[in-house]
Amino acid sequence: MAINKIVQSMADAMAGIKDGSTVLVAGFGAVGQPNQLIDALTEQGATDLTVVCNNAGTGRKGLAGLMAAGRVRKIICSFPRSAGSVVFEELQAAGKLELELVAQGTMAERMRAGGAGIPAFYTATAYGTYIGEGKEVREFNGRKYIMEEAIKADVALIEAWQADRWGNLRYRTSARNFNPVMATAADLTICQTQHIVELGALGPDDIHTPGIYVDRVIHVPYGDPPPAMKNES
Amino acid sequence: MTTAAATAAAAPTADNVRGWSRKEMAKRLADDIPEGWYVNLGIGIPLAVGDFIPSDREVVLQSENGIVGMGPLQTADNLDTWIVNAGKQNVTLRTGASIVSHSDSFAMIRGGHLDLCVLGSFEVAANGDFANWTVSLKSVPAVGGAMDLAVGAKRIWLIMEHTSKDGKPRLLETCTMPLTAPGVVKRVYTNLAVIDVTPKGFELVEMNPEITFEALQARTGAKLHRKAA
Repeated sequence: MAINKIVQSMADAMAGIKDGSTVLVAGFGAVGQPNQLIDALTEQGATDLTVVCNNAGTGRKGLAGLMAAGRVRKIICSFPRSAGSVVFEELQAAGKLELELVAQGTMAERMRAGGAGIPAFYTATAYGTYIGEGKEVREFNGRKYIMEEAIKADVALIEAWQADRWGNLRYRTSARNFNPVMATAADLTICQTQHIVELGALGPDDIHTPGIYVDRVIHVPYGDPPPAMKNES
Repeated sequence: MTTAAATAAAAPTADNVRGWSRKEMAKRLADDIPEGWYVNLGIGIPLAVGDFIPSDREVVLQSENGIVGMGPLQTADNLDTWIVNAGKQNVTLRTGASIVSHSDSFAMIRGGHLDLCVLGSFEVAANGDFANWTVSLKSVPAVGGAMDLAVGAKRIWLIMEHTSKDGKPRLLETCTMPLTAPGVVKRVYTNLAVIDVTPKGFELVEMNPEITFEALQARTGAKLHRKAA
C-alpha cells in the first residue's frame, strides 16, 4: 500500500500519546510553533508530561494552555521567562512545575545526539557555571568540558510550511528553528503543515526534513504568525 | 563666575560624569568591527551595534535562531512575520543571507566559527569571567544562548554600563553573581572607557574625555593598567 502519512483529524494525529510521555515542542517564540497540535494534545488528555521547548509559553493558549490544564509535570527549557509567560510563572510560584534550565545550544545538541544514537557528549558550554555544577568534567587538549546526556523523546510536535504524503518537509525562514532536530529525536513525530503538496513537488535538494523522521502530517493552514511584540524597542 | 570656577565646575567628579550614551557606546564598538567578520549580537544593547555598521561594510550578522546575514528591523511596508531574530523582533534578511536550523546554528556558534560575539553584562572580572544572567528565584532564570556564545565565539566583547545605578563598580576583581562563562571576555565597552582584558588584568584602551584616569580607577573594582606605550 502506498505510503500516506497524512491524517484527516486531530484525534488521529494525537492517537496513542500516553501519560508520562516526554514531548518535544518546536518553535522559537510563536514562530514555527505547532500551536494547533498543542491544543489538540490538551484536548487528547495525556498528562504527567515532560515538555522540551525553548520557551515556556505565553498568554493562556497553546503551550501555556497545556500547562494551565495541569498536564505538564516538568519543562526543559532555555528561556522560560518572556513577555507574557504568566502561566509558567504562576505554576513555578505554586511549586507545581519542575524546571530544568538548559543552555540553548546544549538543548539543541542533546536532541541532535538523541536522534543520532549518541547517548552523551562533552561541551564547554556551562562549564564553571551554576548550570554545570555536579556534572562530570573532563579535560581535552587543555580545555574543560562537561558531559551532557542526549534527549530522546516519545513525541515531537513540529510545524512545516510544506509537506507531502511521505512526510517530506520544508520550513519557512525562521520557522525552521528547532523543527528539524526535534523531528529526529522522537519515536512519534507529528507535523502540522500550512500546505500539502504532491509527492515530487519538493525536489530532492529542497527537502529540509526527509519523511523517514516523520510519522503523521496534518494540514493546518492557519496563516501567518502574529507580528513580533518587540518591533518598536 | 570666574574662569577658574567655571573650569572647576566642569571638571569631572565622582558624581557628574555620564559618559557616552548607549548609542555612542554601540557606535564606538561598531567602528572596531572590520569588514568580513561573522558577528553575533546578543539581545538588548548589543543589537543596537548593528545600527552603526555601515551598510556598505560587509559584516555578516548571525542570529542564534538560525539566520546568517541578518538585516535591519522590518518596517510596516515589508512585514514578514515568519522572520524573527534572537530578540524575537521581525527583521530583514540581507542579500546573501541563509537560514539554518537551531542545531546547525549552535554547532556554528559552539564550533568556533563566529569572529565575534557582543553581549551585555551585569559584571565582568579582571580574569575575563562574566555574569550576564541571574538565577535569583524572584525573576525566573533565563539563560538562552548566552552560555553557548560565551564559550564558542573567537572573541567576546561586552557592552555595559561601567557602574550600577547606585554607583557600584561592575568591573571587578571577582564576579559576585553566577557566571555565564569563566575567562572568556577580551574587551569591555562601557559608558566611560574601552578596556581590554589581558593576562595582566584590565588594560585601558580609551577613556571618555569627561573623566580622569584617577576617577575612572575609583569607579573600577580592580586595578586598571595603562597600556604600555
